[in-house]
Amino acid sequence: MTDTTQKERFHRRVLENKAGLFAVVTTIAISIGGIVEIVPMFTQAAGPEKPDWVSPYTPLEVAGRDIYIREGCYVCHSQMVRPMRAELLRYGEWTRAGEYRYDHPFLLGSRRIGPDLQRVGGKYPDAWHYEHMRDPRSTTPGSVMPMYAWLLERSIDPADVQASVSALRKVGVSYSDADVSGVAASLAQQGQAIVARLATAGIQTAPDREIVALIAYLQRLGQDGRRAIEAGLTAPTRSE
Amino acid sequence: MANSTSTELERFVYDDAIVRKFTLATIVWGFVGMLVGLIVAIELAAPRVNMDLPWLTFGRLRPLHTNAVIFAFAGNAIFAAVYYSTQRLLKARMFNDLLSNLHFWGWQLIIVSAAITLPLGISQSKEYAELEWPIDLAVAVVWIIFAVNFFGTVARRRERHLYVALWFYIATIVAITVLYVFNNLVVPASLTRSYSIYAGVQDAFMQWWYGHNAVAFFLTTPFLGLMYYFLPRAAERPVYSYRLSIIHFWALVFLYIWTGPHHLLYSALPDWAQTLGMVFSIMLLAPSWGGMLNGLLTLRGAWDRVRTDPVLKFMVVAVSFYGMSTFEGPMLAIRAVNGLGHYTNWIIGHVHSGALGWVGMITFGILYWMVPRLWDRELAYPKWATTHFWLATIGIVLYTVSMWVAGLMEGLMWRAVNDQGMLATPAFMDIVHRLTPYYWLRLSGGTMYLVGLLMMVWNLIATVRGARPQVQAIPAPATS
Repeated sequence: MTDTTQKERFHRRVLENKAGLFAVVTTIAISIGGIVEIVPMFTQAAGPEKPDWVSPYTPLEVAGRDIYIREGCYVCHSQMVRPMRAELLRYGEWTRAGEYRYDHPFLLGSRRIGPDLQRVGGKYPDAWHYEHMRDPRSTTPGSVMPMYAWLLERSIDPADVQASVSALRKVGVSYSDADVSGVAASLAQQGQAIVARLATAGIQTAPDREIVALIAYLQRLGQDGRRAIEAGLTAPTRSE
Repeated sequence: MANSTSTELERFVYDDAIVRKFTLATIVWGFVGMLVGLIVAIELAAPRVNMDLPWLTFGRLRPLHTNAVIFAFAGNAIFAAVYYSTQRLLKARMFNDLLSNLHFWGWQLIIVSAAITLPLGISQSKEYAELEWPIDLAVAVVWIIFAVNFFGTVARRRERHLYVALWFYIATIVAITVLYVFNNLVVPASLTRSYSIYAGVQDAFMQWWYGHNAVAFFLTTPFLGLMYYFLPRAAERPVYSYRLSIIHFWALVFLYIWTGPHHLLYSALPDWAQTLGMVFSIMLLAPSWGGMLNGLLTLRGAWDRVRTDPVLKFMVVAVSFYGMSTFEGPMLAIRAVNGLGHYTNWIIGHVHSGALGWVGMITFGILYWMVPRLWDRELAYPKWATTHFWLATIGIVLYTVSMWVAGLMEGLMWRAVNDQGMLATPAFMDIVHRLTPYYWLRLSGGTMYLVGLLMMVWNLIATVRGARPQVQAIPAPATS
């Protein structure tokens, strides 16, 4: 009892009279937890693995990812299959940390108003995505997703994409000088391939349309991870 | 003072003009933020309501709703009530009127730029940190202005002793600075696009270290400080326990910062971080309830007034919702429970019991107490305030209950497996359809809450525009 009253007196006499000291002690109190968690997270030993079986997004996929962010797709769709039986049945292999190696920013999401998209890459043909964005209810009756018809009209600007690739390189994505200077050519090449696949389904569009970039990104999702898991390159499955 | 002859009396006035400005901004942005919430709620039940316009889609408007409610409604409420109470607790006028006004107009400018850029899809995509880097810089500048103004006032105080409310304000200012800066470190590609310097799981970790502590240090600590000032004032009772306020303050600010990883349970985040997040979240129950109990027990001997005084009604329900959501939070942070609740509407319900129940209700209580004093008027329609209270309370209950049911249902249906070991509901759409009735129910609760808010707006406008109370002449027998 006397002990606690003395502590109280200390608090009242010293801390509650010296605002600067109070602010300093508070700063220390709020910093400890952050430091203890953040510092190890950025070490090789305790942080996420950085595998070499994952490669950076192509310029067209970067453009698609920017559209994914702009439209707030992550608000309704997660990109994180949890290691649970029902999730493996519904979505496929659970997500490995290494798969996100080049994800600036992360897009794990926090809500599943729609299904998880981590393993959506390769699940549907390009034409399905095209129709789904034009009118989600044409492919998924009763869907509550908005129509994204403007993606079919709008174009991406290679200069913008080059600025993005360049900025991503600065934050640590392993693009070469040739990758940065070759953005326009890469965009055209990958865009043409998607346009050709869409044409076989009777859809006419141009390689610089936003929908083409978004399809490129969606078809890429989870592919590196899936291939690595099939090849046995990832760490052994944990017991869940 | 022994030698009273040498003591000079200083005369000063509080700067209540700045409090009035922040108060009006709170009311205006509160309406806007909740209206956007209502629109996005309708969009989930009836998606074509966006009229196929890009800037009205759910994906672009939900960030506007969360940012408006957190930074515009709660933010302005914090600033109004902090400026009001700090001056009185320190017996000093705010440090510098120019800084106060730069703070006010800077903050409103930030809100307006958020309201323009978010519907345009200009976003960093991190929750409650969506604003792009030029706006982030403006936030940092305005926040520093606020800090200088606050600590300048503290330095010039006439009351040596710092009351508990001020501890919470100090923690708010310090912690938000650290969190906001480290989570928003980006490399710009243009004025409207940037990339986080962190990648993948590390970026997710930094985001939720920030994200959960935005809840802690923007929606909890400042409002606990306000509770410690306004609840005793409204109840005309001293705080129940000084010792409890010391213990729960330090425990709260120390424990909260660890809890972020509970947003990433079962994710690819390293397990040690998930476990730390879970353990510290559960421990957080103790200081949270310490605060709740200190608030509720302050009302001992004043419970009869809760029956008649709408201000106390709002505050009691606010503190009770604080207790309920800080119980639900630690429960949801248990891995197994989180495995069911994560990604579902349950989390939306949880957030709103905190936002509507705690932040909203205590703000309304403070406004009904403060506005008549700020403008020196009687509250125009006291009965309306009581009606507002009931509309809001029933609205929150409808909201949270519908989201609990919807969340549990979708969580259970997502994971249900039949006898053959196959998914019982393999089509995701079959689960989506089952949620629609609960979305309408949620909408009815939200509508009641907003109608209550509109009654408050009308009531406060009528109060401000009403006549000053008549000064009563006091009768007394004349001396001849």
